[in-house]
Amino acid sequence: MARTLLTVPPTAKRGEVIELRTLIAHIMETGFRPDANGQVKPRDLINRFSCRFNGELVCSAELYPAVAANPYFSFTMLATESGTLSFSWEGDNGFSQSESAVLTVT
Amino acid sequence: MKRWAAAIAMVAVCLNANAQAPDARRSGFDDMSPQTQAMQRDDMQNPAMLTVQDGAALWERAPSTSAKACAGCHGAAAKAMRGVAASYPAFDKTLKRPIDLSQRINLCRERHQQSTPFAAESPELLALESYVALQSRGLPITPLADPKLQAPRARGEALYRQRIGQLDLSCAQCHDERAGGRLGGSLIPQGHANGYPLYRLEWQALGSLQRRLRNCMTGVRAEPLAYGSPEIVELALYLAWRDRGMKLEAPAVRP
Repeated sequence: MARTLLTVPPTAKRGEVIELRTLIAHIMETGFRPDANGQVKPRDLINRFSCRFNGELVCSAELYPAVAANPYFSFTMLATESGTLSFSWEGDNGFSQSESAVLTVT
Repeated sequence: MKRWAAAIAMVAVCLNANAQAPDARRSGFDDMSPQTQAMQRDDMQNPAMLTVQDGAALWERAPSTSAKACAGCHGAAAKAMRGVAASYPAFDKTLKRPIDLSQRINLCRERHQQSTPFAAESPELLALESYVALQSRGLPITPLADPKLQAPRARGEALYRQRIGQLDLSCAQCHDERAGGRLGGSLIPQGHANGYPLYRLEWQALGSLQRRLRNCMTGVRAEPLAYGSPEIVELALYLAWRDRGMKLEAPAVRP
């Protein structure tokens, strides 16, 4: 179970642009680096991140070896109605993590 | 009479100058890029906070059914651990030598929780250490006035000024004499240990002061001191003295 930090405002005014931020603990091993014994460490990356609001895609990204460990995303969204934000990360070796947060629009 | 007045005025000027002398010490934070500074300022961007989360969970969790959790003896960390990290290393009566915060955590595990100590730099140890250190964030570093710490601190200072390695450099030659200059493309910082354990971008991980010191020793091609050795703690003890009064930034971010 990976660890995540989410920043989602609990409430927003209708028509307001809100900022969403996510941070996830992941080593993002490139698959090119040798370890102390000279053996190449196997690749272990997050490949895809996506954020959906009530099922509709808000933001998604593909990640490659040049992305540093513990990927951080910050993006904005127009608040139109109340609903649930779901965040998901998928990666090598069957890595999968999802989180959700409730947004109340007034 | 006139001469006396002049002398008193001189003394007053000197005292005044002393009081107002600006602190020439610069935290590594001051010399970082604005982007890296932003990472440290914002807990939601600072990857060290992921480890702190683990530390908070470990604080509450008993290592075995027969032992108490850290919280079982100490209570809430926010109250019990406030200022602790800012005062370490401290003298341990049983071992009769100074120990740093990570060693204290491990000793506590052995003596009071009947558990095995965590390995140096293990994720669990860093998690607990960073969680405890966070409780002192923003407080001035206040080394303990314990007289038993004086001799080890002096040995630590000697080590700080001792030339080591194939490059024949001492800590002081870079971090006192050449601080602000450049080593390759990187700025040479004054080397204040005011944010450990910290997230270092070069490591892409959280690490302790001991890891950083060993890193520097390898850099000058010396044999690094072992984790937990009395010498490396003495060096940390001197560094805490050198940084006294500076604000603790743990868990900091450094390039």
